[in-house]
Amino acid sequence: MAYLLRRLLLVPVPLLIVVVFVFVVLRLTGDPVAIYLGIDATPEQEALLRAELGLDDPVPVQFAWFLLDLLQGDFGNSLQHRAPAMELVGARLPATLQLAAMGLGLAIVLGVLGGIAAAVWNDRLPDLVLTALAVIGQSMPSFWLGILLIQLFALELGWLPTSGREGWESAVLPTLTLAVFLLPNFILVTRTAVLETAREQFVATARARGVGSARALFRHVLPNALNPVVSLVGLQLGRLMGGAVVTETVFAWPGVGRLMVSAIFQRDVPVVIAGVFIVAVTIVLANLVVDIVQAAIDPRIRLR
Amino acid sequence: MRRRLFGPRVKLAVGAALVLLMVACAVFAPWLAPHDPYAQDLMARLRPPVWADRGSWAHPLGTDNFGRDLLSRLIHGSRLSILVGLAAMALALTIGTTLGILAGYLGGRVEQVVMRFADAWQAIPEILLAIVVVAVLGGGVTVLILVLGFAGWEVYTRVTFNLGRSLRERPFVEAAIAAGAGGGYIMWRHLLPQMIPVLSVIATLQVGQLILQETALSFLGLGLPPPTATWGNILAEGRERLWVAPWIANLAGCAIILLVLGINLLGNGLRELLDPKRVGRG
Repeated sequence: MAYLLRRLLLVPVPLLIVVVFVFVVLRLTGDPVAIYLGIDATPEQEALLRAELGLDDPVPVQFAWFLLDLLQGDFGNSLQHRAPAMELVGARLPATLQLAAMGLGLAIVLGVLGGIAAAVWNDRLPDLVLTALAVIGQSMPSFWLGILLIQLFALELGWLPTSGREGWESAVLPTLTLAVFLLPNFILVTRTAVLETAREQFVATARARGVGSARALFRHVLPNALNPVVSLVGLQLGRLMGGAVVTETVFAWPGVGRLMVSAIFQRDVPVVIAGVFIVAVTIVLANLVVDIVQAAIDPRIRLR
Repeated sequence: MRRRLFGPRVKLAVGAALVLLMVACAVFAPWLAPHDPYAQDLMARLRPPVWADRGSWAHPLGTDNFGRDLLSRLIHGSRLSILVGLAAMALALTIGTTLGILAGYLGGRVEQVVMRFADAWQAIPEILLAIVVVAVLGGGVTVLILVLGFAGWEVYTRVTFNLGRSLRERPFVEAAIAAGAGGGYIMWRHLLPQMIPVLSVIATLQVGQLILQETALSFLGLGLPPPTATWGNILAEGRERLWVAPWIANLAGCAIILLVLGINLLGNGLRELLDPKRVGRG
């Protein structure tokens, strides 16, 4: 319980960093009014917004207003769609969460299985092939992988659509692209965790007691090798959401990432900031869940 | 112990060869490129590479939609990726190492603030920060370097903090303190040199990841504006012509993967040579 409270206290810190970062970047340009209103604004509109945003106040007071607006979910109106930026982003969030969950799920399943296989056949052919694939995967730009998959499965074979989000077929290639982006780390970390756990004293003891190698693997090694893999999930959440932004753009998947990227070209700053903030909130909350799961499966963490 | 098929020395050699090849391309780009990467030739649009049916040696890797020579564009594109990767790494290394050594050596309040800050920073993906900056300030080489460099400091902080904290307890530090050395001198002359092997491995591997991020940002259109020859731009342009000219996107992809794979092999080889215990092999 004490662990949970301490952990909850840390939740706002990354979000505060994002807010300060956004605030500083907005102020770096000088007058944020021009950005918020776009180029076709009249002087009256500018004056009105300047008064509304309190731009004549000292900077710390301005920051307080900025923070208060964000806490109320008020990011201003989209310049392009004349609707609250938050509403636009909220409408796209389910698509992003779906893609991220499927990609992460597939990466965990394949990565853990691959890592176990590499550790069991350590230094033999499956290990060499899997670790080589993992290093190549780490060097692969994920957007190119997406484009290769489109060429093969959509253009050549015609089995799957190139883009969009209609029916399960359209989710296959984006999920695969995002999963492969995360997969190498899951393979390598699982492999190392299993190999290191297998060298522990208690495994040798179990084997000496006459426990068979399969039973030792499933009952003694794997449960204890789980922890580094769960922490990797937490560490990969940032990459997951970053990868989702890229994947959405490649496959025209109608999520927050694609919305943000097209908003940049329209100079629609409120939408960009709302999107960035929502993605950051998602990462932080998911991180909290991972930490709680980890504390539940490993009592040593609760005591730290 | 069985001999490994692909040991650290082989990795180092293959990685170094790939990296040297790419760096040479970047440095000597104006002399190596057969054409001007921006010269348009509308009579020679979308020519396939030399190994395809209609290919010719005039354009060994074919041409793009404006008849620009793809080989020349790829050779010139390597410059930006390598420059951004190295410069952003140097920035991240400087910030991260300074904070990490300070936190590790001083401990206490400094440690708490720096390490909690690093934890929080770790949660935010670079691409989000880049999206904010580019949306507000616009893209450009300096912006890319600053964003990626500022985003990536926290890896170094974690490592130098842990090393600094354990090195602090060692006798040579006590001896230096007894000899009257100040904190700054100890950190700079005694702690930092001990960390260079580990830092060189991390820095090498980070350059690869930074290059991937730079190409991804270029691909999204958040890097330099389109006429510029960057690998991400070439890939993004190639995506528009996948059906008629798949080689444009695919050759740009090959260029990226060869460079990053070379860097990763170099980094992994270095790590295994410097620290054979931590390879994780039985």
